[in-house]
Amino acid sequence: MPKIKMPRSAPSIDMTPMVDLAFLLVTFFMLSANFRTDEPVTVSTPSSISDKEVPVKRFIQVTVSRDGFVYFNASGESTRQQTLEEMLKKYNMNLTAEQKKTFLKIGSFGCAMSQLPQYLDMTPEQRKEIKGWEVPCDTTHNELRDWIFFANKASLAQGQIDFKDEASKTTDKLDVNEYKPKFILKVDGKASYASAKRVIETFRDLDRLNLYFVTSLEENPYNRNKKE
Amino acid sequence: MAEIAEGGGGGGHHKGGKKRPKKGSTRIDMTPMVDLAFLLLTFFVLTSTFSKPKIMSLAYPAKPKDVYDAPVVYNAITFLLSEDRIFYYEGAFKPGETQLTESSFGADGVRKLLADKNKYVLETKIKLTDRLARKEIVDSIYEKELINAQKDDKALKVLIKTDLKASCKNFIDLIDELRINDIGVVAPVDMMKSEQELLDQKIGN
Repeated sequence: MPKIKMPRSAPSIDMTPMVDLAFLLVTFFMLSANFRTDEPVTVSTPSSISDKEVPVKRFIQVTVSRDGFVYFNASGESTRQQTLEEMLKKYNMNLTAEQKKTFLKIGSFGCAMSQLPQYLDMTPEQRKEIKGWEVPCDTTHNELRDWIFFANKASLAQGQIDFKDEASKTTDKLDVNEYKPKFILKVDGKASYASAKRVIETFRDLDRLNLYFVTSLEENPYNRNKKE
Repeated sequence: MAEIAEGGGGGGHHKGGKKRPKKGSTRIDMTPMVDLAFLLLTFFVLTSTFSKPKIMSLAYPAKPKDVYDAPVVYNAITFLLSEDRIFYYEGAFKPGETQLTESSFGADGVRKLLADKNKYVLETKIKLTDRLARKEIVDSIYEKELINAQKDDKALKVLIKTDLKASCKNFIDLIDELRINDIGVVAPVDMMKSEQELLDQKIGN
């Protein structure tokens, strides 16, 4: 009986299960990931028991940083584009095609209209570094009001189109209100209420009274008591 | 494919003889793939944010357009916020008479106070939850009944007045306490001059 020759090779480990697992995890993280948008400021939000999720589409967000500076953001490329055009028309300004492209890409921004061209020419790192720039929202000079007004108008128009588009595709009854923009206020816990108040008053001026505060989740103490 | 890999081996030509076990060259070197897989894995683990931020809704009262009459509110409590401190008074504000009481943001402070004052809604909610559990009512009726209870005259209504020294955290913490205690009617309103004076006086002491 001939001897069975074992092939001489370097001792190798069967990596298949490991690779299986690795790819499973990659797939999981890929599907569950929602990428952090590049914000010009980091804001630590207070916590609340609310478990409603932040909408991904159709929102108009105003951020108030720890030092009380105001930043503006609106979702959707077409909404942003229309808002920008309207704002440029109102303030008699012009931007280069390159600057407009940058505007569509960045998330929140904090600068006055007069600073906008300079702001858009900066690199993202430079934008994070500048201090003291914000969207003006004082009673005498309120650009935030215009941003919100035009963004709301553009978002509503876009929502109407989306609603008709999606309603024609399905037989389900869709809620029109779901297609209206939500007004989100992201305030830092340490910011003074006075600075947030400027923004809130701006919303109230425009009759936008249903505001949403961004918070991080904490457990409802009543539920916790029940479990114990 | 194995055939090609085997081509140079010169082993498979013995017809009729025993087939030799193939040499171990059919194995694919998976190392680069594994490297890539783990690189991607690390990337996604680090970039993904798990605790998604949540939103808490709050309705503000409309700006008064004409002469403003304060509506008569039954069973109301007014909170005054300033510099991480919280004060309250019950009922309508009467200059000279109303006294402010200090409370705290902790579980024994505002939460206890609100749970006590808002017993009607909390008890109604427990009853409704029971009925929901026994399937006597459906979800939509449960929600409707709860809202009705919150709007009832017996339910507690809350006014929040924040002065300029308070932080946003104070404000949101209070709203959160109100939500925990199922208070439906919440109105963040501006502080009156007389209230501000009373508050300043209280903090000064």
